[in-house]
Amino acid sequence: MYTQKVMDHFMNPRNMGEIENPSCVGTVGNAKCGDIMRMYMDIDENGIIRDVKFKTFGCGAAVATSSMATELVKGKTIEEALKVTNKAVMEALDGLPPVKVHCSLLAEEAIHAALWDYAEKHGIKIEGLKKPKSDIHEDEEEMDKANY
Amino acid sequence: MEKKIYLDNAATTKTRPEVVEAMLPYFGELYGNPSSVYEFSALSKKALDESRATIASALGCDGSEIYFTSGGTEADNWALIATAEAYEQKGKHIITSKIEHHAVLHTCEYLEKRGFEVTYIDVDENGIVKLDQLEKAIRPTTTLISIMFANNEIGTIQPIKEIGEIAKKHNVLFHTDAVQAFGQLEINVKDLGIDMLSASAHKLNGPKGIGFLYIRKGVKIRSFIHGGAQERGRRAGTENVPYAVGFAKAVEIAVKTMKERTEKELQLRDYLIKRILSEIPYTRLNGHRTKRLPNNANFSFQFIEGESLLIMLDMKNICASSGSACTSGSLDPSHVLLAIGLPHEIAHGSLRLTLSHENTFEELDYTVEVIKETVEKLRKMSPLYEDFVRSLNANR
Repeated sequence: MYTQKVMDHFMNPRNMGEIENPSCVGTVGNAKCGDIMRMYMDIDENGIIRDVKFKTFGCGAAVATSSMATELVKGKTIEEALKVTNKAVMEALDGLPPVKVHCSLLAEEAIHAALWDYAEKHGIKIEGLKKPKSDIHEDEEEMDKANY
Repeated sequence: MEKKIYLDNAATTKTRPEVVEAMLPYFGELYGNPSSVYEFSALSKKALDESRATIASALGCDGSEIYFTSGGTEADNWALIATAEAYEQKGKHIITSKIEHHAVLHTCEYLEKRGFEVTYIDVDENGIVKLDQLEKAIRPTTTLISIMFANNEIGTIQPIKEIGEIAKKHNVLFHTDAVQAFGQLEINVKDLGIDMLSASAHKLNGPKGIGFLYIRKGVKIRSFIHGGAQERGRRAGTENVPYAVGFAKAVEIAVKTMKERTEKELQLRDYLIKRILSEIPYTRLNGHRTKRLPNNANFSFQFIEGESLLIMLDMKNICASSGSACTSGSLDPSHVLLAIGLPHEIAHGSLRLTLSHENTFEELDYTVEVIKETVEKLRKMSPLYEDFVRSLNANR
C-alpha cells in the first residue's frame, strides 16, 4: 500500500518530539477524522528555521508526511518553508495512495500553522501566509471529552 | 518471532486440510452437473444433497430449507430485498440495528431509495440491541426484522431468542446474519424462532465463495437469481458442488470440535483481554465482557490511531484488524464503535484480535509484548497524549 519511503519515514520518523520553549507551535487536523499534527519550530533572528519537531496522531501516511515536512523545512528561511507544498511532500515520499492525499495537505497546513503562530507572537505579517483552516484550537473542547 | 501470527479469524480462516481433500474429487473426476439425468451426474447430486443435509442438521432444520449462495453477503442481500418485495402488500417497513454488517446496512439503504422505510435500532454501550426500542418500532406495516447473531467487530452476541419471540408475537419475519456465529455458537433455528439465517463457509475453515441462506418452509420469498430450477428454483445457476462439499465438511468438523475449540478459545481470549487491560493503561475492551464470541477481543487504545498500530504489528508478523477509518478509506471510524458510544478519536484507536483454536499462549505473550511496545511508541508520537500528560501534570 505504501512506498518504501513512506514506510521508512513511518517506522523511523525524523524530527519526532517536542522543542522546549519553541519559537512557535502549530496544531492542525481533528480527532474526528483521525489525524492531528503538531509542529514545533525554533526560528532564529534571521528568520531561519534552526530546529523543527513534530508529533502526530494518525495513520502511517500522516506520520510519514509530518516527518518529511519537517525534513523539507529544517534549515530553511520562513519564505522557503512557505513554498513547501503538499505536492512537494508527496513527491519526496515517492507518492501516496489516493485516499491518503489529505495527509500531505495536513502536513502543509501544519507548517503554515506553526508559522502563523510565529507571526502572531512576533506581531509580524508573513507575506503570502493565510490562517490555516483546520487550526486545532476550535476543536479543543471536543478533544477534552476523550479523556475518560 | 519469524512465524506469522494470525489473529484475524473474523476476516477469514484457514481452510482445513480435510476440507480441501473433500473438495478435490469434485474438481477432478466427479465433474458431473447435478441437474443431468445420467448416473454419472447422480454422484454430484448425491454429494450436494448430503452437504445440504449436513448443514441443515447443524441448524436443526431440513435440507430443503438450505439455499446455497456465493457467500454471506449474497444471502443478506437476498433475505432483505426478496422479503421486502414479497411482502410489499403487507407494508414497506423493515427494522434492523445500527451495528449490522454493511451487507445488511447498504442493502437497507438500497431499499430506502426504492421507497421502503427502515428503522435502525440503537444498541447499548456493550453493543446489545435495545429490545424495548425494537418492539416499539414494530408497525402494522413491518414485514421484517433483521438483527445479526453476533457482531463481526466487537463480538457481542445478541439476545436472538428474545428477538425471535418479539417477531413471532407481532407476526413479523426474523432474519439473522449469523456469518460470525455459525460454527462458533450452537444454533437451533426452530428453538430460536429464526425465519431466515445467513452464513458463510470461509469463517469456519471452509472455502471462500460459498454461503447459504436458511429459509424456513412457509416463508414467501421471491427468487433472487433467475434461470434454471436449481435451489428449488429460487437461486438459479449450476451449483458449486466442490464448494458445497467443502462447506459441509467444514460444518461437520466445526460441530464436532465446537466444545473443545470454544473452551480453548475462551481461555486464550480471556488471557489476552486480562493482560492487555492490566498492562496497558488508558485501554478499554469494546463489546460485552461475557456475551461475546469466544474468539473475539476488541480494544481501544486511547491517544493512538489504529492503522499505524496495524502496520507496526504487521512489521512484527502479527495479522490483526482495526475499526480505524484509515483501513476503510473513509474518514469515519467504525459505525459499530460509534454506535456503542465511543468518541471518534477513541474509535480510531481500535484493534480487533480474533483467535482460532490454532493460536497458542506463546503467540499471545509475544503479541502482548509487541502491542505494549507499539502503543508506547505511538503515544510518544501523539499530540493527544502530550496534551493529556500536560493536563495531568497541571492538575497535580
